[in-house]
Amino acid sequence: MVAIADQHKTGTLLDARQDARARESESSEYMPYLPAHKAPEIPEGVEPDLMVWAETVAPGGYTHKRVARGTRIRFTDAKGDACAHVLIYNAIEPIERLNVADTVKIPWQAYLVDGHPLLSGEGRVLATVCNDSSGHHDALCGTSTRAWNESKYAASASHGAAPAGAALFELGAAKHGLGVRDLPPSISFFKGVRVASDGDLQFTGGAGPGCHVEIVAEMPLIVLVANVPHPLDPRSDYIVGPLRVDAWRGHPTGPADSQFTAAPEAHRAYLNTLDYLAAQGIA
Amino acid sequence: MSITTTVPERPVYMPDSPLDFGAPLVPGQILLDEIVAPRDPWSGVVEPGDVLTIVDVGGNQSADCLVFNGDDTAERYSVPDTLTWQHNAYVDTGTVLRSNRGRAMMTVIGNEIDRQDTLGGACGKESNTLRYGHHTMYQHGCRENFLNEARKYGMDARDLVSNLNWFMNVPVDQDGVLGIVDGISAPGKRVALRADLRALVLISNCPQMNNPCNDFNCTPLRMIVTRPGPRR
Repeated sequence: MVAIADQHKTGTLLDARQDARARESESSEYMPYLPAHKAPEIPEGVEPDLMVWAETVAPGGYTHKRVARGTRIRFTDAKGDACAHVLIYNAIEPIERLNVADTVKIPWQAYLVDGHPLLSGEGRVLATVCNDSSGHHDALCGTSTRAWNESKYAASASHGAAPAGAALFELGAAKHGLGVRDLPPSISFFKGVRVASDGDLQFTGGAGPGCHVEIVAEMPLIVLVANVPHPLDPRSDYIVGPLRVDAWRGHPTGPADSQFTAAPEAHRAYLNTLDYLAAQGIA
Repeated sequence: MSITTTVPERPVYMPDSPLDFGAPLVPGQILLDEIVAPRDPWSGVVEPGDVLTIVDVGGNQSADCLVFNGDDTAERYSVPDTLTWQHNAYVDTGTVLRSNRGRAMMTVIGNEIDRQDTLGGACGKESNTLRYGHHTMYQHGCRENFLNEARKYGMDARDLVSNLNWFMNVPVDQDGVLGIVDGISAPGKRVALRADLRALVLISNCPQMNNPCNDFNCTPLRMIVTRPGPRR
């Protein structure tokens, strides 16, 4: 085996700089593509110039972004084993963030479905779930903690073989000035859970490779994403696939969309979001 | 002193409501015994091994509840950890209330109703506008109670995570439809929680008058902390 150091000539500053720059043309399975409109694949039907985010998140990896109101974020389960754990915050006032209890209670629905409003605790809609080809999602089990991963995989560090979702969220949050207290329960896409009549939580797995689901930003958002196994994944090994994230400029849900008035509770959530934004000149 | 006020009427329970103030569910030295008035917040610290009995004095009165590690409030009750570790969506005797670090905070060691809720979260002025309309915005909510009580410990809106609702009934049907329906508690029914760490407990005696979580009749709660063992 050739030691990595033997493949590089880095004894002088000039050599070191040349060595570093020589790696520019290399590629990885897991990387952001910049600029986004030059990503190797653009979602079908999307005008490339509208792309603002294109990235493949590694198994056990995380990503995060501030996005504008109207941005449409598509998560794709590239190989059938991704699990996108997601937290969202109002980017203007991040003290407003996803409230999972309100997200299931107010629409009278415990399972995340196409059209589901993702609500904050402030009576507003942060984002809307749409264009869902998976139908296997979860709002009950949250992401994995270090304690969970230590008991299941005997590892949990963000840089180890079995990163805990909480450890990754902590890093993503820190890059937006947010701390541990800013990490409420999260939702996850691409692995389903159902509640039996006796309350038993039944893991229903994924829907296969290539499935996608989108969220539309109804206000400027901070988005945190951790790609780790669902806590109830019955496999004893740490198995998670690559997660593709694509986002492009689009339109928030408005009065012209059927979704705006599809349910009375969500309708008032959209009205509250518009009211909040209009008062500060944003919508 | 009785004053004239132009503040809109605050809901109070019907004068003929049956009330049963009960007794501790676990015998032992009584360390604390307090009544939470209807619509009020409450907080207290329960030391490891001590037991908090909550009495549903008027029956079907939701006691919205958050738990924090009294020595480090960044560690707090976590709905998903509690549900995931026990593999079940409902809270009952034996349920371990787990923190965002997966640790045991409190254990349900006694429970006199079929199941307790931890999916429905807390009510609030703002969320009431979604659920019932903007005409309810002026009314009081659990979120207001939690904000007022959390401030005493240096906490704020960031610390108001999804909570427990003692004596509230939230079934989930096979299609995932869930919601608050008529309660299954009664005057004097109790739940008992043993602290597994130094537990800071925040309660909102729910003021909601737009759904059956309080039987549309806000009643008191009784909070009793006992230290199990023979009386000294």
